[in-house]
Amino acid sequence: MLETVLQGVLLGGLYTLFALGQSLMFGVMRLTNTAQGDFIILGAFAVIAGVGLLGGAPFVVALAVLPVAFGFGYALQRYVLNGTLGKDPLPSLVVTFGLSIVIQNLLLELFSADPRSIETGGLDIQGLRLGESLSLGVLPLLVLAIALAATAALQWLFARTALGRSFRAVSDDREIAELMGLNAKKVYALATAIAFVLIAIAGALQGMRTTVSPSDGPLLLLFAFEAVIIGGMGSFWGTLAGAMILGITQQIGFRLDPGWGIWVGHLVFLLVLVLRPQGLFPKTRG
Amino acid sequence: MTALLATHGLKAFYGDAQALFGIDFTLAQGELVAVIGANGAGKSTMLRCLTGLVAAPGGAVEFKGRAIGGSPPGEIVKLGLAMVPEGRRLFPSLSVEENLLMGGLSGRKGPWNLERLYALFPILAEKRHNPGTALSGGQQQMVALGRALMSNPEVLLCDELSLGLAPIVIREIYAAMPALIREGMTVVIVEQDVTMAQRVSQRIYCLQEGRVSLQGDSDALTRDQISRAYFGL
Amino acid sequence: MVSSSTFHVVRSSAASRVAFAAALLFVALAASLPFWGESSWMREFVEIACYFIFAMMWNLLAGYGGMVSIGQQAFFGFGGYVMLALGNFTGLNPFLAIPLGALAAGLVAAPVSFVAFRLTGGYFAIGTWVIAEVFRLSVANVSAVGGGSGTTLTALRGIEKSMRERVTFWMALACVVAAVALVYLFLRSKRGLALLAIRDNEVAAESQGIPVRRMKLAVYVVAAFGAGLAGALYFVGNLRISPDAAFSVNWTAFAIFMVVIGGIGRIEGPIVGALIFWALNKFLSDYGTWYLLGLGLLAIVTTIFFKQGLWGFAQQRWGWSLFPTQRWLATGEASSARRSVRHSSPSDLELHPHAKHQ
Repeated sequence: MLETVLQGVLLGGLYTLFALGQSLMFGVMRLTNTAQGDFIILGAFAVIAGVGLLGGAPFVVALAVLPVAFGFGYALQRYVLNGTLGKDPLPSLVVTFGLSIVIQNLLLELFSADPRSIETGGLDIQGLRLGESLSLGVLPLLVLAIALAATAALQWLFARTALGRSFRAVSDDREIAELMGLNAKKVYALATAIAFVLIAIAGALQGMRTTVSPSDGPLLLLFAFEAVIIGGMGSFWGTLAGAMILGITQQIGFRLDPGWGIWVGHLVFLLVLVLRPQGLFPKTRG
Repeated sequence: MTALLATHGLKAFYGDAQALFGIDFTLAQGELVAVIGANGAGKSTMLRCLTGLVAAPGGAVEFKGRAIGGSPPGEIVKLGLAMVPEGRRLFPSLSVEENLLMGGLSGRKGPWNLERLYALFPILAEKRHNPGTALSGGQQQMVALGRALMSNPEVLLCDELSLGLAPIVIREIYAAMPALIREGMTVVIVEQDVTMAQRVSQRIYCLQEGRVSLQGDSDALTRDQISRAYFGL
Repeated sequence: MVSSSTFHVVRSSAASRVAFAAALLFVALAASLPFWGESSWMREFVEIACYFIFAMMWNLLAGYGGMVSIGQQAFFGFGGYVMLALGNFTGLNPFLAIPLGALAAGLVAAPVSFVAFRLTGGYFAIGTWVIAEVFRLSVANVSAVGGGSGTTLTALRGIEKSMRERVTFWMALACVVAAVALVYLFLRSKRGLALLAIRDNEVAAESQGIPVRRMKLAVYVVAAFGAGLAGALYFVGNLRISPDAAFSVNWTAFAIFMVVIGGIGRIEGPIVGALIFWALNKFLSDYGTWYLLGLGLLAIVTTIFFKQGLWGFAQQRWGWSLFPTQRWLATGEASSARRSVRHSSPSDLELHPHAKHQ
């Protein structure tokens, strides 16, 4: 049982990285990015392509992809998504949904439907012995560490920096924030840029941990979304907690029956939604 | 005397609905002018046009000789025009101090900073780390006013400072005005409280259904005149 | 100020009266298709009918109900599976099972809404997707209907092929007419106006005494019913069902595409969208991924640049309108001079009119 829970925690680390970008974008500009999962997969394939070109050095390639992701996210928000923001959720949903379809099919064309992964020279099978019967993978532990660091970093950014103040202000009251001199369009673009760095990190780690194929995106979106809802909106630590809970429930489900893992996760999500719709650790706004 | 701030035939629209039908307004340096009128008369719309929150034709608004109609609010704040918005509109996710810091974003130099604000409103220093909205109405108004002052404006627009506040609190807030004027600031107040408006201002504009229905020196206008202009009788 | 001469509310224009007559003619003509057309045309019509009904119901939910859902395929598949279960296990005629499948979908929507309505906006959309996934995974675990690989509709085995195709075709035609009539009448009624009030400003509508929660539930149930109808019909035509086909998110993707192209919040929109979609499908689907990619791009471009959809663009530009749910306030004296003042047109262009200056 302990092993299942620990595996769930490690999985939760990965889900945290899936979900942080979603949480950030929704928190700052109420935008639901239905292509979140597909962008993660795109990030994975970008690293795969880079590794293919260079013939190795996956971590170097992954690091190189990060600034590209930053710029891409900035441009996407600035020139495409900013135009979809507003009271009506439909335009941003349709545009991101359209992007999801475009990405999936583009990847299919470029890479075919075969699952691929990022070779890490055996890192994915290395394990850390904990006591007699317990062994935890090195890569999942790394993922967890990165997830914790990313959550802490985001929390610090929001609470302690001028940029974080801008994020909070513009999400509270865009008009008055502009009255103060903030350029909301640029602030939004920065938020998405940071979200895309997180997406790229998540994609690289997903590709290292397991295989990826072009149509994997939507399922990752659902995991990210469930993590955010279970944890409660408005707080990054809440998202992490939600991701952990999702990971653990999925692992328990997998243990009961290999076909049930994801299904159990969905059910727990629905249960939280019914019993405590604000999530387990929400930080409500004033 | 060239006006510090002026509008020429200012018209404003919300979608297809016209809110202002040609407002002519002037403000000279060092004045405290009041804009009064019933709900929906267009007072707030006028201020929003001045600050760039509502679009206005280029030449319709002039500040320090420059046409600022249609400029983004950020630019206008940098030029030295700040507003205390109607309803305070503090940022709920920011603390009192963070709200004040947001006001200083434009980076204008001047006498106003956190220390000076805390000296003016000591209660805010006590509550500096509280969320902006966890304060009483009067304290929130102080924060909103302080936030505008942080941008070291030359002209301060105050939209309905007294709304929802107890008389003693209103007096406390307006008591800060003379000091601001002495230091060289120019102030426009939008008020529904006509008595208060007449008392503190030198000139009054009365708006009625998007038009100026009366203007003149505060001490020269009679209550009767004002009532008629206010209600369009 | 307009003078106080007589006002009257004008509902239809000459153009739409002509269109109504044309529609009747079309239906009559279509009904005779089995006697002079090829069987492949009938099959295609059935497929397009399913796409269209699903899109129309998605349009009702999103454009008029203000609820954007990425999970309507839950009801599509549910209607299909209920129809199949009734057909295969109770010996009921599958054609009769179609409306029953739709009914079942409508009924299951009520408890589903209890969960789904906890969310709003974009998160409501994804939440409905999760619910659809739960439907899919749950059905995939039911071995009685073939589990993950699905099963066939055995109940129609005894019927001769061309007979089956004809009846399916007429059934599809009937479903299309019923769906269009249902939506049209619903929107023209007082409930329709109430819906638009809710869509525009929920709080204001509530304060006017409109039972917002009940109305949203009503729309959700009706849309689920329609989706179930499309699903049941589709699998009568297809004869084979599987969880991946029945609960695929592609259904919603296509519906979104059709409605966005045609213009959301309009009755004609899904018709235009379905026709364009069918044409694209016919000529370009061989290109597989590039075709889908193109569809995605088209949806993105249309959303950003033609906010009211292509049909809405036409309506704005040239004043076309087929289905008169708009109410025009015409001044009595000026009817000949066409000086009519537009009065809160329900199938209006933008869902939320912005202030001109933001």
